[in-house]
Amino acid sequence: MVDFNRFTLANGLKVLVHEDATTPMAVLNILYDVGARDEDPEKTGFAHLFEHLMFGGSVNIPNYDEPLQRVGGENNAFTSNDITNYYITLPAENIETAFWLESDRMLNLAFSEKSLETQINVVSEEFKQRYLNQPYGDIWLKLRPLAYKKHSYRWATIGKELSHIEDAKITDVKAFFQKHYNPQNAILVIGGNVKTEDVKKLAEKWFEPIPSGEKYNRNIPQEDKQIEARFETVKANVPLNAIYIAFKTPGRLSDDYYAYDLLSDILSGGKSSRLHNSLLKEQQLFSDINAYISSSLDPGLFIVEGKLIEGVSIERAEAAIWEELEKIKTELVAANELTKVKNKVESVLVFSEMSLLDKAMNLAYYELLGDADILNKEAAQYLKVEAEDIKRISGETFDKNSASTLYYLTEETFVSLPATNINA
Amino acid sequence: MLNRTQAPDFKQVSIINFIHPKQSILDNGTPVFTVYSGEQDLVRIEFIFDNVNWNREKPLQAIAVNALLNNGTGKLSAKEIAEQIDFYGAFFQTEYGQDHSTVTLYTLNKHLASVLPIFKDVLSDSQFPQKELDIYIQNQKQKLQVNLQKNDILSRKEFSHALFGDTAYGVDIQLKHYDALKRDDLIDYFKAAYTPNNCTIVVAGKFDDQSFSLLNEEFGKDWEKSDSVKNNFIFDLAKKSDVYKEKPESLQSAIRIGQLAINRKHEDFAGLQILNCVLGGYFGSRLMNNIREDKGYTYGIGSGIVSLKNAGYFFVATEVGADVCSAALREIYKEIDLLKNELVEDEELGLVRNYMLGSMLGSLENVFSHADKFKNIYFSGLDYSYYENYINKVKTITAKEIKDLANKYLTTETFTEVVVGKK
Repeated sequence: MVDFNRFTLANGLKVLVHEDATTPMAVLNILYDVGARDEDPEKTGFAHLFEHLMFGGSVNIPNYDEPLQRVGGENNAFTSNDITNYYITLPAENIETAFWLESDRMLNLAFSEKSLETQINVVSEEFKQRYLNQPYGDIWLKLRPLAYKKHSYRWATIGKELSHIEDAKITDVKAFFQKHYNPQNAILVIGGNVKTEDVKKLAEKWFEPIPSGEKYNRNIPQEDKQIEARFETVKANVPLNAIYIAFKTPGRLSDDYYAYDLLSDILSGGKSSRLHNSLLKEQQLFSDINAYISSSLDPGLFIVEGKLIEGVSIERAEAAIWEELEKIKTELVAANELTKVKNKVESVLVFSEMSLLDKAMNLAYYELLGDADILNKEAAQYLKVEAEDIKRISGETFDKNSASTLYYLTEETFVSLPATNINA
Repeated sequence: MLNRTQAPDFKQVSIINFIHPKQSILDNGTPVFTVYSGEQDLVRIEFIFDNVNWNREKPLQAIAVNALLNNGTGKLSAKEIAEQIDFYGAFFQTEYGQDHSTVTLYTLNKHLASVLPIFKDVLSDSQFPQKELDIYIQNQKQKLQVNLQKNDILSRKEFSHALFGDTAYGVDIQLKHYDALKRDDLIDYFKAAYTPNNCTIVVAGKFDDQSFSLLNEEFGKDWEKSDSVKNNFIFDLAKKSDVYKEKPESLQSAIRIGQLAINRKHEDFAGLQILNCVLGGYFGSRLMNNIREDKGYTYGIGSGIVSLKNAGYFFVATEVGADVCSAALREIYKEIDLLKNELVEDEELGLVRNYMLGSMLGSLENVFSHADKFKNIYFSGLDYSYYENYINKVKTITAKEIKDLANKYLTTETFTEVVVGKK
């Protein structure tokens, strides 16, 4: 149970407070309701590049990191397809420094050309380090555009290509800030050794004077229902063949979200899971096999991915995955197996309350979903899932006619394929 | 009117409380250290075994035993073990470290009595079935093939091997080592290492007397002792070697440079950590400021000091654009030379002091972190005065001392330099 108090400032900024007297630390977490899905298709990677620029100094404070480190604090941030989240941890008695820094960069950035130029370089190196200079690193750059045709989920947060980042202009940066970085599009969470009435005073002092800005209303083209099987074959300098199959799922707010999460656990959660035992251990077709959901706000993906044992044909490996998927579509999951994954989730939820930062991030994210208290109702939602639900959603999801399948092949395998099989 | 250019007042962290564990002993003499907290209904129990009987001809012996522990006992198959542990929502984790092999149980209190017997079975009666070993070998070889394409991993392997040779700290694992794994070697190692007289148990969470009785009931008896020789290595401090592995198609090069240094037991260790922090130990460090924030050569760069039982070492590591690799190397050496030749200014040193104290306070987030802090000192043969001295050193070190430490320990002429990619 994560307790919290909640209030809204006159400018529309939502504030949540989680009091935890067991720690001498405090966390300030601010979530901006903007992610890669809100980008222009010609300027992708921008939400993430912008996240880097948020550390380049603000209107009244030339350097963001230094004053925070001086009071014993640390910070970081991440960008996803849906959100951009910034967080600070510091000794609770110095919490006002976090308010000072964070409110100033919501008020306005310094927008220096030098900072933009440097961060373009840094993000380009990040692009290379994580996506281009790693075996299989570019998989999401290939899989997203295969699975999504209209929705902005068709590109990854890092962007479609390096040139989009390299071409960013300071005018783009300013416009992006105006559009998304204002009190109405943010959720602020303070957690740790703090009192709500003190937090309220600090929030009123530092954040309330910021103009409310315009509420951004997104209008993202949604996908048409996928009614065709999609295939792509990629050749790369990798040692092992790999397969990725992506299915469409409803968005995070669907009633079935919890059933999908449990379904992925039944298939691939740990060493007692079905895919691990059947495909990796018994049939020995894969050295790695995983199933997981993307958990995105708009309709997301259910991914099954695996690396093949050398010498196993990709067709055989693929057929074996489908056999497992057919089984779960047609046979009810045994009571014991369902209880097992529910017990695991219960455990994970309790353990996740060990971390103050995780609690603060979760409160912000669930508030974005509509109500932070959803976090405290999750355990009950998982318990409600029944074997019939698992069978029903498996049937709705695991359909060859709406699957996007990617073969990621070694150069050797690729050249041995008959030409008709290559539709890349 | 609110003055946003004026930073709010702040305080340097003054009090840092460490929760000391309670020491108990199982009936067979195995020590148990418990850091108690009643906040959540959960517990973490770590069974920590010293690495023993090092044999350079069989470098994967200890690693494979640790990884394959939960793959079958006299009573239970791999699948049955996994199913039972998962059914109780518990977690079974194994971790092989350079000095210790650890098996960790995470569980809700209500399932402790159900999962402890499974752990006992695994720790006292693992069988390492040939079929499971074959699968392990096959899959690990595939993982290694993928890893051998990663410049960062290659640079780590080369660096460790250059410093530590064919010891447990440095051995360069290759495909052939997996092919040479034998079931009998695993059984031998298991019997030598996973014994009560080679085990330390560290518990964190809600763990009362009744829980201790459960633990004692399972692990305090019917668990065979054995003789083994703890690993012990001696290294040549002045050794230096340079490795350049050219990868013409690389977009980035992995750089890893450094040398043997001191470990936690040495009186200079705290000072060296402060020096390291200034150079590359935090986001605002000199290396990050220069090579990422000013030049944009990399997504990240850092330095560190690692304390092992028989050695310590210092390193700087990064991945940089292949076209700027040589320039990045020059800048790294330039930053080290600056620390050796010029005093750190008060403003920077003050910031580093406060940052390190805040960071220490923040690293004591929950009962698990308190237990981790205990392990750091216990396995180095130290007590809590180590942390007192550390905090005191952070508060009082002078710029002169930092410069002296840089000259004593960052002797770049004896640095090992590894580059994988292009330069």
